[in-house]
Amino acid sequence: MKYDVIIIGGGPAGLAAACGACENGAKSVLIIERAKELGGILNQCIHNGFGLQYFKEELTGPEYAERFINLVKDLPVQISLDTMALEITRDRKVKCVSSTGGYQELEAGAIVLCMGCRERARGAISIPGDRPSGIFTAGTAQRYVNTEGYMVGKRIVILGSGDIGLIMARRMTLEGAKVLACVEIMPYSNGLTRNIVQCLQDFDIPLYLSHTITKIIGRTRVEKVIVSRVDESKKPIPGTEIEFECDTVLLSVGLIPENELTRAAEIEIDPATGGAVVYENLETSVPGIFAAGNVLHVHDLVDYVTEEGKRAGAAAAKYALGEHRSGKVLKVESGSGVVGPVPQLIRLENVAKSQDIFFRVRNIYQQANIRVLDGDNVLCTFKRNHMIPSEMERIRVPRTILNQAVSDRLVLSVESREEEQA
Amino acid sequence: MKQVVCIICPKGCRLSVNENTGEVLGHGCNRGEEYGKNEVINPTRVITSTVKIAGAAYPRCPVKTNGAIPKELVLKAVRLLDDVELHAPVTLGDIALKDIFGTGVDFVVTRSMERAE
Repeated sequence: MKYDVIIIGGGPAGLAAACGACENGAKSVLIIERAKELGGILNQCIHNGFGLQYFKEELTGPEYAERFINLVKDLPVQISLDTMALEITRDRKVKCVSSTGGYQELEAGAIVLCMGCRERARGAISIPGDRPSGIFTAGTAQRYVNTEGYMVGKRIVILGSGDIGLIMARRMTLEGAKVLACVEIMPYSNGLTRNIVQCLQDFDIPLYLSHTITKIIGRTRVEKVIVSRVDESKKPIPGTEIEFECDTVLLSVGLIPENELTRAAEIEIDPATGGAVVYENLETSVPGIFAAGNVLHVHDLVDYVTEEGKRAGAAAAKYALGEHRSGKVLKVESGSGVVGPVPQLIRLENVAKSQDIFFRVRNIYQQANIRVLDGDNVLCTFKRNHMIPSEMERIRVPRTILNQAVSDRLVLSVESREEEQA
Repeated sequence: MKQVVCIICPKGCRLSVNENTGEVLGHGCNRGEEYGKNEVINPTRVITSTVKIAGAAYPRCPVKTNGAIPKELVLKAVRLLDDVELHAPVTLGDIALKDIFGTGVDFVVTRSMERAE
């Protein structure tokens, strides 16, 4: 069986990729989804705040998902639910298995990788102490509480101030639990500011910055945790211990793009993002294989995942219909203060009016400039009043500026405006 | 001037609100201006939660208030949901609980759920 475009994953990126592919002439599109339903993580994200950029209205996660599921239903898109993609190959074959279809090898004109990400767990951050029950990643707790109808605990400490952790602090409070503290090792929060306000401050939940859990105590169930202040090198400071009696610890300590299929196909991965290295049209190092959404780099807003998914789907359809790209390549690299720019590669002649570049900043900046450098030469500057590491930045570089690059490397860097004057 | 972080959208604009005149600075949109004014005079919130549902693929159905309600009613309003049980099928937008404490705001279903076999 051959499809124009096969999309791995039916979450927001995959659904948008299907729309993008159909809008650009793909006649046969297949979405492979391992869950029993489309929508991905949106289905358990019952809070609102989705869709303001894309739909210009405020939706909850399930509402946002349902809109896209309804859109895709009206398109020539085939959907394989409860189906696991086992392998993708560099010549664009997809091997998958399901209880109804058995083992299948499918061929694709182009593939879009939309597998999303998963949570870092306790093992990834090595918390010392006992190994009792009552320790969950925030997303697992979210699934239990919002979908399966299980309450995970009564007295809760949250480690990490990522958005899912903050959202769960409010959620557990609304369900009658007592959230004692949200503990963050960094000197700043890792979540969106609005979530600090409406999830912690609204419910008087204290946020301990520059603190971490140094011990978990409990025989069968969590009984208490010890929280300590950390110094500038994130080492716990003896004598600063605070004890919390609690039965549950929720971890919100970061997300990891889920790139097992990508790695197995030897597609180049960027260590800074954990996702594939991509060109301006979201094509990976293997021609005809594209990537979008949290599998490419972890986003904070689903609206931007949707945009990216549509772009990848559109580019995949064009590839499948025979439009292959080449030409002079500019490398995009991170300079001081910048982490993980995407795309990493730009084929100049394929840029229409402008090229968007996404990245995160390393620190909190007030009144700063983002500079695009070509060697020592500043090609362009973007002013920002406020930037924080937890919020993704986007700059839109005009083609006319890109044309001026003499070298084959663009370096992004952040300078505060005070420094500039000094 | 009171400093307020706007929670209307994930941008999180930093607003300065004059408590006396209600004048708002620093907003990126009209809704942000309204939020800043309200946050100082009469803070309100949209609530999202879940209710029991019988006969669907999962035992919980997500709901939200179809408007903002006064902030001090939030914890009381979610307790009303403890006694609500829906029966599949439900459609996005169906009313789960009408008129929360006389505010005229309802809890509505945010996910269509079919009858599961």
